[in-house]
Amino acid sequence: MSTQDIIDTLAGIEPGSALDAIRARRLQARENAQKSYLSLFEPVDASDVSLVERAAVAAFVTGLHGESPVAAFYREKLAANADAAALVEAIQAEIARGKTSGPYGAFPAGPLSIENKAGLIYRVSAERKPVLGARLVAAFEHAHLLVFRPRDAASTDMKALLDAGWSNTGIVTFSQLVAFLSFQLRVVSGLRTLAAANA
Amino acid sequence: MSATVNPPVVFTQDELGWVSWIDPLPEAELTERHFAGLVDRARAKSDYFRLLVRDPEVLEARTKTDKDIFYNVADGLPRAERELAAAATSRYNGCIYCASVHARFASTYSKRRDDVQRLLDEGVGADLGERWNAVVKASVALAATPIAFGPDNIAELRRAGLDDAEIVDVINGASFFNWANRLMLSLGEPSK
Repeated sequence: MSTQDIIDTLAGIEPGSALDAIRARRLQARENAQKSYLSLFEPVDASDVSLVERAAVAAFVTGLHGESPVAAFYREKLAANADAAALVEAIQAEIARGKTSGPYGAFPAGPLSIENKAGLIYRVSAERKPVLGARLVAAFEHAHLLVFRPRDAASTDMKALLDAGWSNTGIVTFSQLVAFLSFQLRVVSGLRTLAAANA
Repeated sequence: MSATVNPPVVFTQDELGWVSWIDPLPEAELTERHFAGLVDRARAKSDYFRLLVRDPEVLEARTKTDKDIFYNVADGLPRAERELAAAATSRYNGCIYCASVHARFASTYSKRRDDVQRLLDEGVGADLGERWNAVVKASVALAATPIAFGPDNIAELRRAGLDDAEIVDVINGASFFNWANRLMLSLGEPSK
């Protein structure tokens, strides 16, 4: 492995600890969670989604989950890009506007409609659109949907991304990025909770 | 494509199809890089996997993560309860397609088809007995945003008889479906 295991780092799992041994029993999962991270953030081909876009989406998505070592990690990752200061500031402001509790949203009309739950339909503020640019504005609005109300997703959401300049391949990578972070945040949170219960 | 879609309006253990909202790669355009991403060559027949293979490296890593979390049963949590975590997560997030697949697996491996159906019909509050309730509750707490999983979930899983390795299997299985649900729900839709 070229870099340290990111889940172990974020969850504070030390080599030789009990959780290190438990994770070693699912070695393929551990190694491929790491490869997922590397292929999203150190891709062989960044032509459809730039590295700065990946870092910006990651900072936004992890920040929407609340402050955590994971959110701090991706915020610093974004800040390490040249000239990212304005972007970091805009994203912090948009996280504050977008924070809510999920999952909510609508089910297909029918017997499940009684479970429909209304909630924030997030849109980027007008004042921050110039800093983010059209591609990130569309990406953040869709990422918020993916984080909090994935069951609201509709084919028209794909059109919004395409209209903002995202390619089909870019939409796949961007969707994987948000979905992967949803996984990584939860594994880290779960492992940290378990470690704390044993401390 | 949308003319042929007949979306299910309830959670079901029936087999469903899935229709992509954006174009999968045509089979004829797949290269060895794409086949490596598909992991199983037979997946070239699936629209869903030919869509995800637009980013082959991510798909390959995702698929291998998935397989080990669910299929590696040399030790740890029984397969049925890993599938229960997947089904409960999907029920809570609202992924009718994912829930159908993993409810079927949970039924197959547990032989408790009626209890699994109650999870689908009544939702994540269905009373399925201490052990299954603990797994469902932990999965739901992990799926919430902000994440609501806490020491009470660990204590409950332990009271239900799970050791730490099995609890990690619950965490992995439930967390993975927060990945899977978001792809299935947002890139296309189920069809009966």
